[in-house]
Amino acid sequence: MKALKLLLLIATGIALVGCGVSSGPLLDPKGPVALAQRTLFFETLAIMMIVVVPVWIFAAWFVPRYRASNKKDGYQQDWQSIPVDVVVWLVPLAIIVAVGTYVWIYTHKLDPYKTIETDGNLEPFTVQVIAQDWKWLFLYPEQGIASVNELVFPSATPLELIITSDTVMNSFFVPALGSQIYAMAGMETELNLLAWEPGKFVGRNSQYSGDGFSKQSFDVIALNSADFDEWVAKVKQSQLRLDEASYQQLAKPSTAHPITHYSSFEAGLFNQIMAKYSDGHGSHGGHAAHTSGE
Amino acid sequence: MLGRLTIDSLPFYSWVAMGGAVFTVLGAVIIALLITVYGKWGYLWREWLTSLDHKRIGIMYIVLALVMLVRGFIDAIMMRAQQAFALNSDGYLPPDHFDQIFTSHGTIMIFFMAMPFMTGLFNLVVPQQIGTRDVSFPFMNSVGLWLTGAGAGLMLISLVVGEFSTAGWTGYPPYSGLEYSPGVGVDYWIWSIFISGLGSTLTGINFIVTILKRRAPGMTLMRMPLFTWTVLISSILIAFAFPALTVATGLLALDRYADMHFFTNASGGNMMNFINLLWIWGHPEVYILILPAFGIFSEVVATFCRKKLFGYESLVYATAVIGLLSFTVWLHHFFTMGAGANVNAIFGIATMIIAVPTGVKVFDWLFTMYRGRITFSPEMYWTIGFIVTFVIGGVTGVLLAIPPVDYIMHNTVFLVAHFHNMIIPGVLFGYVAGMNYWFPKAFGFELNAKWGVRAFWGWLIGFCMAFMPLYLLGLMGMPRRMETYDVAEWQPLLMFAAMGAVVVLIGIICMVIQLLVSIRDREQTRDLRGDPWNGRTLEWLTSSPAAAYNFAVIPRVEGRDAFWQMKEDGTAYRPPQQYSDIAMPKNSGIGVVVGGGGFVFGFAMIWYIWWLAILSLVVMGAALIVRSSMDHTEEIIPAAEVEAIEKKRLADVASLPAHDVSELGDGSQPVPVGSAAS
Repeated sequence: MKALKLLLLIATGIALVGCGVSSGPLLDPKGPVALAQRTLFFETLAIMMIVVVPVWIFAAWFVPRYRASNKKDGYQQDWQSIPVDVVVWLVPLAIIVAVGTYVWIYTHKLDPYKTIETDGNLEPFTVQVIAQDWKWLFLYPEQGIASVNELVFPSATPLELIITSDTVMNSFFVPALGSQIYAMAGMETELNLLAWEPGKFVGRNSQYSGDGFSKQSFDVIALNSADFDEWVAKVKQSQLRLDEASYQQLAKPSTAHPITHYSSFEAGLFNQIMAKYSDGHGSHGGHAAHTSGE
Repeated sequence: MLGRLTIDSLPFYSWVAMGGAVFTVLGAVIIALLITVYGKWGYLWREWLTSLDHKRIGIMYIVLALVMLVRGFIDAIMMRAQQAFALNSDGYLPPDHFDQIFTSHGTIMIFFMAMPFMTGLFNLVVPQQIGTRDVSFPFMNSVGLWLTGAGAGLMLISLVVGEFSTAGWTGYPPYSGLEYSPGVGVDYWIWSIFISGLGSTLTGINFIVTILKRRAPGMTLMRMPLFTWTVLISSILIAFAFPALTVATGLLALDRYADMHFFTNASGGNMMNFINLLWIWGHPEVYILILPAFGIFSEVVATFCRKKLFGYESLVYATAVIGLLSFTVWLHHFFTMGAGANVNAIFGIATMIIAVPTGVKVFDWLFTMYRGRITFSPEMYWTIGFIVTFVIGGVTGVLLAIPPVDYIMHNTVFLVAHFHNMIIPGVLFGYVAGMNYWFPKAFGFELNAKWGVRAFWGWLIGFCMAFMPLYLLGLMGMPRRMETYDVAEWQPLLMFAAMGAVVVLIGIICMVIQLLVSIRDREQTRDLRGDPWNGRTLEWLTSSPAAAYNFAVIPRVEGRDAFWQMKEDGTAYRPPQQYSDIAMPKNSGIGVVVGGGGFVFGFAMIWYIWWLAILSLVVMGAALIVRSSMDHTEEIIPAAEVEAIEKKRLADVASLPAHDVSELGDGSQPVPVGSAAS
């Protein structure tokens, strides 16, 4: 019983600390993708309690009741029951059919490659993303500017990210906005997100990639369109240009690289980085048909 | 001459690494000194290292597993300590060292703790449980053991000479390729799992054949004990899955040694192929490990509830279905690699379907307790603890199987919490329950129950404290494998998790004390009957420890729970009309030579010492040819010797009161034991 008390104490402790969790990025979504994923998480969790709660109840009921020292309750050496056996198969099966249906529907709805639909059928805002050791480079093709470790985009507008890597495998992840996807050299992947409101979030590489991995986070900033235009104008003032030489310099491994702005980048840079690795073999990610919008 | 091996390969780069090296070397020296002082080298060589007796091979596997459990746990507690204090600071470990630790922790726990523990239990139990004298290929069994030992040796020596991989236990390229990891670390990883993986493949083949060909007469498939069933399915998975690992690591080795481009970024390589191959092995591997644990829980529940298993056939079919499905779900390890919605959805649903037979099993164990007579032995504690916590891991597993949920949980510590939730309660609790359960069968005396229960509480509470916070941290967006972080909200939970690791340490200390106390008290708990728990299956018919030949006469099986039935019928300990000579395999040192050759080969490859690599391959090949050409590999135990051993044993059994196997379970119908009446 001492052990039980200890367990209770620990459970209470966990519950108290758990209050801090509600403000965590996954539980406090800032966009439709993250919200849908959070909902899916908790709805499925609730459905599965249909199986879990009986397991706990049966364990709490059978274990003390059928202890060897209790000679009263009917002992039966060979107790079998076909109806119970059938129920034991059917209940989990029914739950998995239900959850499986969910999976089919929501995997299609929340396909990271699907452009987010908005009321005004807004055109997506496109950013090209390149993972490097150990930082992220963002190219804004329409604006002709580039930034390192800072992703800035208009809020309430679908965001389309075209992603590749100029090093080992990385995974692009902004928890507050939802879905992550791998960045792989010579291949492009795509991720569609949306931020409802202006705000600042944390983005990370979640795929371990070496010494600087722990510090490979970046700022994600959604701005309203006026502020966004102002930010673009500011970046265009930058003295730095991303030409071939400065790209080579940037691509070298560096940890916790400061936020850097480039007023221009070499046309076709994204495709050049991809082409470095393809040698005419033409490897592609799963959705091979995409071409980056340059 | 020595390739790239120089004096700089010693770990002078950090005090912590140096400490690990000194610890390893001192440990080895102390053990060697003790053996020398007590003059036990000859005994060790003759009775153990060269033994082809499956029971001794089993015990050696488990000793290896327990040593590696301690090493893997040291890694774990070092990581927890680092993360508990690394808020906005580098902690006490530099990134490179922290990365080696999480890589070696995963590699050790899967390949050199769980696999040997499992294989040890296979060896110890299966031949006796199916009523036979040996496995089908006793020499191959020894080779498997020593190849596993070679891999473990490479793991351990990496702490002293050179460094270990920083690429994680899954070794994803291109990071693990030569371009990004030029050092010896990844080579240590490749060769240690390549060589021990070959040993595992041999084990899988051996047990498929043993179970299919060597069962006692009358033991049809549907009369096999559940543990044997799970070993059969697990062995089939080993035989089909491990070659994929061998190929994946072999191709990665070709990339690194022969400048090939299977998985490189450029020149037509594709890292996604490695990830597919790795998980085509890796997902079945989870079931390879967990199915035998399910078998152990089944045996333990039936024995300590003194009841026939509820839904035996359901459990058999559930096991087989899990085995089949385990090959259809590997893609769920990389939903975020850019596959289309159809592909992700299908693999997500396939993954969830596995939850159905697993759920069935949990309910079948609970309904075996229903109307039972539960004895609260340590084995039963481990089993109940497993049932209550494992369902949480099952739920989080289904959650991760939903691709859109995986998109936000992948690579976070939520995933880390999930798979530890499967592997600690599911696999480790099962194996420890099995170790407690079959310990008397291996050594002839029982493990201390009081310290066994204490060890259980240490592990259960420590596990919950260490991993429940990680679920929450995953919801807070914390990626796995972080050496340092800048989110203040994470720290209290990480400190709590570190305390959990300390509580697990208390559990491990209790296990050590349990072992020491049990050895001290061995005369009081001597198992003269060979059946300490009133068991139901054939391994309890043999003496404890079993004679070299297990069964003087091969038993005839009349139903499920064959031994229980014999006790009911009063035929359990009936002496045969006459004893006959028994042929058993002779000891052979060639397994040790092959394993030693494997170790030297791996070491030579890692350090580019080509002449030595070739030499060790030649020695291994020659040893196998010599063995294959031997005519006299068996020795005869004469009938008179068998008779003497058996007569003494039957007299021991007859001196004890009979176990009660009556329908009422209240001792009202005692059955005469050792009655010769026919």
